[in-house]
Formats: sequence, structure tokens, C-alpha cells
Amino acid sequence: MSPSIAHPEPVDGSVDKASTGSGRMGSEWPLWEVFVRSKQGLEHKHSGSLHAVDATQALQMARDVYTRRQEGVSIWVVPSSAITASSPDDKGEFFEPAGEKIFRHPTFYAIPDEVGHM
Amino acid sequence: MTAGIDYLLHLADNALVLGQRNAEWCGNGPVLEEDIALANISLDLVGQARLLYQHAALLKADGSTEDSLAYFRGAGDFLNYTLLELPHGVVPPGAAGGTGAVGGVGGVGQIDEARPAEVKRDYAVTIVRNFLYSAWMLGVWQALLASKDSQLAAIAERSVKEVRYHLRHSRDWLLRLGDGTVESSARTQAALDHFMPYVPEFWAYSAIEKEAIDLGIGVDPQALKQAWLALAQGAVSAATLHWPDALAANAVALPQGKNRQHSPYLSRLLQEMQGLARAHPGASW
Repeated sequence: MSPSIAHPEPVDGSVDKASTGSGRMGSEWPLWEVFVRSKQGLEHKHSGSLHAVDATQALQMARDVYTRRQEGVSIWVVPSSAITASSPDDKGEFFEPAGEKIFRHPTFYAIPDEVGHM
Repeated sequence: MTAGIDYLLHLADNALVLGQRNAEWCGNGPVLEEDIALANISLDLVGQARLLYQHAALLKADGSTEDSLAYFRGAGDFLNYTLLELPHGVVPPGAAGGTGAVGGVGGVGQIDEARPAEVKRDYAVTIVRNFLYSAWMLGVWQALLASKDSQLAAIAERSVKEVRYHLRHSRDWLLRLGDGTVESSARTQAALDHFMPYVPEFWAYSAIEKEAIDLGIGVDPQALKQAWLALAQGAVSAATLHWPDALAANAVALPQGKNRQHSPYLSRLLQEMQGLARAHPGASW
């Protein structure tokens, strides 16, 4: 099981098929993860991924693919290969133990009204 | 009372015809990401066309609407640059009109109903045209910010942002394709050579433009030529392509759409674009 989140294609540095107009050359370009900040003050959130030759192009394509309905004010692109992801095989020891630790949720305290929604 | 209206229609027809042409890539793009990018650009252009047609319809005050102007005018009424109606491929010599064109004697200015040559879609052609036009329209929209027609100035304010992105997109691809492989470079050069003779139409005065300039509504295209040349030649050189010699040559012989002289390709494009509206007049959803 690969630890990589999206099985990025090898970067062969080639855009040879870019103008041939035939075939799905996208599969030969490296994969990028796209993070979009929806408005100032909020964090960037993962929106999806896309194929692009380099970071500049990835940013431009992210603008077209993920912000065409006014979704964002800022975009990050990250090579998918730079991301190390947890393995589904580790699900048991990684995540399940947290399920029974309800005392980790701050639900046993009375929250003063002035605090409002938390 | 038609002063300046034809100028609005010229700008609107440019946007609509190129928007329609580029929309042919929808579902056929070379990659998913570019498919969406091109559709976005098409929608920007159609949006510009709508605002301009709405404004023109209001000024005409004869019952015209944005739809009647877009869907119920014939090819002989359209005022777009000829460059924008040509297909996404290098058209065989003569097929696009002009001297020795399929239109025959007097082909210039005639709408030829013969079947124009089919050409294979080539993304390099799409990119080169978008680049040439966006670089030109950046200057046009910037100048129109000062138009005496306040509605047109407002449309320019919105359009100038859109065209900046269209220019960025097409310039970026021009460099990648031009400075790419042997094949991508050859195709991009061929597209440049093919389109360049149509470019002088940008700055050749038409009666419509002269009227709009006199009214303080329109831009003087001659005043934009040098800035366009600098921008375009800079990008062509950065893309390691060469500037075609054909810029001045042939220019007179080619049909000029803004003088209602079109290639046979406009009729085909309009048939497809207007077919539905004409088959079901007044239909809506």
C-alpha cells in the first residue's frame, strides 16, 4: 500500500504531447493538490487535485477549475508527491482508539453565555 | 438614431463569435483542465457580448433585444473581425475568402454559401488567436474606460480584468508551445503565419469606428497599434518563434468583418449558434 495520497505520476519533465491534440496527455503530467482559501481570515482548504506541467501552470489551472464560481481569494498548489499520507492499513491503531475518549471533548464544562457558540 | 450603436455591435459580435468558436472545445479539450479554462473564457466573452447587446438594444429602442441581436441577424450584418470566425485550424489558402477565394470574383464582401473547407481542430491555432485578440483587446478595453458612453466604460471596467486573464492564459501557452517540441513549435508558427494577415483589420479604420471616435465613444485603433506590436512581438520572441512577414502583405485582399465582409466560415458558425433560437423563436427555460 502506497503511503502517497494520490499515486502521482513520475515527473518526466516532458510536455512532448502538449500540442499533438491527440490522446489524454494529462495522465503524463504530474499531479498537484489544490488548496483554496474561501475568504480572508479562513484557512486554506483542500479542494481537489489536477494535472499540470509545473507550479505556475498548476496555479493557473487551479484558478480555472476550482475558483470559477467565486470559491476563493487565495490558492495554494502542492505537488502531490510532497505529501506523506497515513495508510488505510493503520486505521485501527491510528484513529480508532480516539473514538472512546469522550473526555477529550470539552463537553463537561458549563460554557458561560458570553462565550457564545463554540 | 443609430449613432454609436454599430460600434457596440462590433464589440459585441467580436466577443460572441470568438466565444462561440472557443466553445467548440467544450468536451473536446486536450486535457480536462484546459477544457474548463476554455469554457470559462468562452463564458467571459459571451457575458461581454450580452452586456453590449443589451446596451445596444436599449439605444436602438426599436424592440430589439440581446437575443434578437445575437440570433436574428445574418452573417452579412455581423461586424466582428474576420480573424475570430475562422476555424481552429490552418485554413487552406483561398478558402477563407479574399482574392481567389471560394467566393470567386467579388468574393470580398460576399457571404459564400458554398461549403468551406473542413479543417482539423488544432489547439495551437486556438491559443495563437486568443493571444492575438486578447493582446489587442487589452488596449481597446483600457482605452474604453474613458469612453463618453458611461455604460460602455462600465463594461470596459469589467472586461479589462477578464481580458488580462485571457491574455495571461494564451501567452503562457504560446510560450510553452512555441518553445516546446519540434512539432508544437512548428504548429504554433504555422498558426501565427496563418492568422497574421488578418491582424491589420484591428487598426484599419472602418466608417463605424470613425463615427464612434468622433462621438467620443470609441477608441482610435491606430493609437493602439504600437503597444500591441510591442506586446505581441515580445511574446513571439520569448516563445522562440519568428514574427511573420505577412503582417503588411495581403492585408487589403482579405475580407474585413468589421466592414461586413466575411469568410464563408461565419455562416456555418451562425447556423449552429442561431439554429435553436430560430427554430423556436421566443423559447425560454
